[in-house]
Amino acid sequence: MNPTREALPFIRVDRQAATFKVARRAFVDPAVLQAEQEQIFDRSWLYLGHASELAKPGDFVTRIVARRSILFTRDAKGALHALFNTCPHRGAQVCRDRSGNAKSFQCFYHGWVFAPDGTLRNQPGGDCYAADFNREGAANMIAVPRFEQYRDFCFVCFDRDAPSLVDHLGRAREFLDLVIDQGETGMSIVGGTQEYAIRANWKLLTENSIDGYHAATTHATYLDYLKNSSGSLVNVALDGVAHDLGGGHAVLEYKAPWGRPVAQWIPTWGEDGKAEVEAIRTRLTERFGPERAERIATTNRNLFIFPNLVINDIMAITVRTYYPTAPDYMQVNAWALAPKEEGERARKFRLFNFLEFLGPGGFATPDDVEALEQCQRGFQNMKEAGWSDISKGMGKEVPSYDDEAQMRAFWSSWNERVGVSP
Amino acid sequence: MNDIRRDEVEDFLFREAELLDDWRLREWLELFTDDARYLVPSTDLKVDASPDDNLFYIADDRFRLGERVARLMKRTAHSEHPRSKTRHLVANVRIRGRSQDAIEVGAAAVTYRTKNGITDTFIGSNRYQLVVNGQGLKIREKRCHLDLDGLRPHGRISILL
Repeated sequence: MNPTREALPFIRVDRQAATFKVARRAFVDPAVLQAEQEQIFDRSWLYLGHASELAKPGDFVTRIVARRSILFTRDAKGALHALFNTCPHRGAQVCRDRSGNAKSFQCFYHGWVFAPDGTLRNQPGGDCYAADFNREGAANMIAVPRFEQYRDFCFVCFDRDAPSLVDHLGRAREFLDLVIDQGETGMSIVGGTQEYAIRANWKLLTENSIDGYHAATTHATYLDYLKNSSGSLVNVALDGVAHDLGGGHAVLEYKAPWGRPVAQWIPTWGEDGKAEVEAIRTRLTERFGPERAERIATTNRNLFIFPNLVINDIMAITVRTYYPTAPDYMQVNAWALAPKEEGERARKFRLFNFLEFLGPGGFATPDDVEALEQCQRGFQNMKEAGWSDISKGMGKEVPSYDDEAQMRAFWSSWNERVGVSP
Repeated sequence: MNDIRRDEVEDFLFREAELLDDWRLREWLELFTDDARYLVPSTDLKVDASPDDNLFYIADDRFRLGERVARLMKRTAHSEHPRSKTRHLVANVRIRGRSQDAIEVGAAAVTYRTKNGITDTFIGSNRYQLVVNGQGLKIREKRCHLDLDGLRPHGRISILL
């Protein structure tokens, strides 16, 4: 019995009145978090990392995914593996480095040695074990039940019976492709991880990551900055649409006045930069035709892949995951993604752009963090002020990028898994 | 070779810290040269990583640093409204290198930020390139290396380190 499936609903939808309400209990109740761990994070496909992070045979990274310690490796033949980072012998974490290159991994506790695919190579005092001790493979490191890739985006799933990754991604693939197609030789994660935390419920970051409504007020100082920095804008109005992609996935697709290394030039990049951005644009047209090239180059995408992967292809591309460790605390990892073949100059523009908006030192994200933490504080009044409103744009044929249809998509999917049907 | 002494550098850095803690940010900005940079690398990068091909937390040129200060002085810089209380502690100051008109300085730094009943601690080492001229010292580069495994639980660097 799911402890949250009580009489009280989490979502109230009134189509007549065009209102959509979410119970604030969903953000604070430890029983809800417990249900989310079991119904969502233990069952859904979760982003592990990008194949470019393990460029060479022997490369590895360690990473926490849904409270599990995962060792992500590339073996000598180039195959990728996702292993539970725990020694089959007595449980210690086998690898304690956050990244590196290794031919094998030795658990320091008793010295068992494993290949990058998790196979036990040897253990000290091996002659004291039966000759066929590892015949069943029970002394190998355990691989995650499901590990699949979509065009270098690597995912794990802890539910053996889950549908395939491609099925899970569904219509989100169309928008992932618009990001991935930017790299002719593939995409890669740039060095450096922005790791931070927010003292707020993880679902607030889902909402915020695909919220086109808050920019004018929350990010007033960022917009001031763009206006002050002559040459940072082109004459393009902020405008676009939101799509519910099914399965809890959603995307905002819109035009915006900021520069995009792929490929919308702004004057501050100079004439040399213009030539470079135009060349990128021309190549896109050759590869995909004018219509798709235009869409890739000049539309922005805030893509949310259920339950906790955000790929925002805006003035730069960020890949972001976030996990709750308590109802009012989440850990966030964010990376920068770029075309592998990108030149020095465009890469510099990209990273400069990234930092002016994104990340815990940017001109925008700190104010998002503040907003989310203030929401969490506001939820102290939950007993008397118990509902959040997510109604904007309800009943519209085509919701705008600054409506809230995309959040309703998330909440409806969340509700099917955790809550009570309306 | 310039003959600037360590105690003069310390006085300069202590004054810098005081301006930050008093939120006299425009005066703080005047300590920087016109070509200055202010850098905070991500915590998993090598010590000499460049912001041109690596993702930092902060990589400001002088223009953006000025805009950062202008932003922080506004009520609409929500993360710092109401303003947090900060205390920048500077220690272990050493002159690590000298040229005709500049010195390289290393210092240990601990900065406390208190807001909404929560105190976050930023621990790290700062590397400065300071220009020495007739008027005294100016900062050409300030690079703050955090001795942290990420910004947890801080969540943001909305103050100046």
